[in-house]
Amino acid sequence: MTEALQWLGRLENSKIVALLLFFVTFCGILFYVFTGKQRKDRLESYKYIPFADEEKSHGDSSRTDETRKVDEQ
Amino acid sequence: MAQAAVTGTEQYNYAVIRKFAVMALVWGVLGMSAGLYAALELAYPLLNMGIAEITFGRLRPVHTTLVIFGFGGSALFATSYYVVQRTCQARLYSDMLATFTFWGWQVAVALGVVSYMLGYTQSKEYAEFEWPIDLLITVVWVAYFWVYVQTLKRRSQPHIYVANWFYMSFILATAILHIFNNISVPVGLFTLKSYSMYSGVQDAMTQWWYGHNAVGFFLTAAFLGMMYYFVPKQAGRPVYSYRLSIVHFWALAFLYMWVGAHHLHWTALPDWTSTLAATFSIMLLLPSWGGMINGIMTLSGAWNKLRTDPIMLFMITSLSFYGMSTFEGPLMSLKSVNALSHYTDWTIGHVHSGALGWVAMISFGSFYHMIPRLYDTKLYSQRLVYVHFFLATIGIVLYITAMWVAGIGQGLLLRAFDDFGSLAYTFIETVSFLHKPYVVRALGGAFFVSGILVMAYNVAMTIRLGKREAAVIEAKLAAKLARA
Repeated sequence: MTEALQWLGRLENSKIVALLLFFVTFCGILFYVFTGKQRKDRLESYKYIPFADEEKSHGDSSRTDETRKVDEQ
Repeated sequence: MAQAAVTGTEQYNYAVIRKFAVMALVWGVLGMSAGLYAALELAYPLLNMGIAEITFGRLRPVHTTLVIFGFGGSALFATSYYVVQRTCQARLYSDMLATFTFWGWQVAVALGVVSYMLGYTQSKEYAEFEWPIDLLITVVWVAYFWVYVQTLKRRSQPHIYVANWFYMSFILATAILHIFNNISVPVGLFTLKSYSMYSGVQDAMTQWWYGHNAVGFFLTAAFLGMMYYFVPKQAGRPVYSYRLSIVHFWALAFLYMWVGAHHLHWTALPDWTSTLAATFSIMLLLPSWGGMINGIMTLSGAWNKLRTDPIMLFMITSLSFYGMSTFEGPLMSLKSVNALSHYTDWTIGHVHSGALGWVAMISFGSFYHMIPRLYDTKLYSQRLVYVHFFLATIGIVLYITAMWVAGIGQGLLLRAFDDFGSLAYTFIETVSFLHKPYVVRALGGAFFVSGILVMAYNVAMTIRLGKREAAVIEAKLAAKLARA
């Protein structure tokens, strides 16, 4: 264990290990994001989140229906 | 307070966002005016007028601090607080702590500007604040982080929308960068002066690790957060590909941290370090353009909006400038190109195509979308938005073309040799060559400052309109209650 840590502590080894870890993780993210039909549908459904608060909005303004009714009277 | 405002305030904390938005414009006007004056000083040195406080050396950090931290920082606080509440459908955590971040940030920016004019500076680019102000910023930043994370924890959505990922990475990365770059030893407890913990080339490398990641996380990732919320909202259609936004995020996070050393090509820095930085800079082109395409393609099928919506014009133009400056950056990071471009005004032009074209334009577009909603009203004048857009765009084009001419010309003059191997031009010849491009640059700056002044007027009138409408609604409600 101590030997392994010492090996990892040497800069010429740790740089390569770090690079491999980052690269494999990034490839893993790519694989995760772009595979699986259900996962694709789930991930793409999140793009509608910014519109989830619009039931209360009206037109260009964020004014609520309630306040608009009052305004129109 | 009017019913309309009360309804919004009950659900979300808009008060702190309004304050940040207004102060962003105040700092923006001051910072861009300071930049214009500094540009004029370079073209006409007489304008230094022998007054130490306004000489170019002191005015330049005043300009950069006001536009990056005053305008950009306040715009990011405002939009991040808006986006996190709207996408989580949760009120901001702790009104008091959020208000503290507002006052703390404004005081830090103001103190910084005053201290630079008095001659106090750490002499680190974009990190000129002396140690007491650095400590204040650290406290404010921790409070900001806490407010943001706690608000995310309150969300009523199961998923955290991608814009918040970009904002969170900006908050975390800025904290790390700020702390490590600013570690210094004060000369005394009651003096502003301090000395960096690092020295020589290590100091330079730490500084540019900070400097380029300030560009990467403060001026890019955070504004991408802005883009991923406001472009779909203004376009009325969701972002082109959510999966691409995920890859965009992780690729930027992986790559940006490595590229700072490209600012130190051909210096005492080890050659492999700057080669590594150049390699990662080239790789950065892919996620940057992926993000740009994702933003622009959001408008796919609705391009007609560009004919009728000036806010959309701001946003799409900002994405185009994002694409252009993220192509120019990797190009300039190549050692051979850098040998010509570095220490010339090409760098200044590159920074401004990103800062004005991308950062300022996406902020303007987002503010035009957000401010009427904060005040529950409509924008005072759509026509003035068009005026602002064309003033800003003409200003940027004049600025960056002038700096290309200045920088490339300057680089060629500095590197020219005669038949005997001596320098072909004297230094003063390279300086006098710059006069005309400097005048054109100042003209471009004047266009840009005029644009933000038009915006400030439009926003002030919008706020006035919103307050007037709120008062009318309040009166009608009171009358209705009295009749009941």
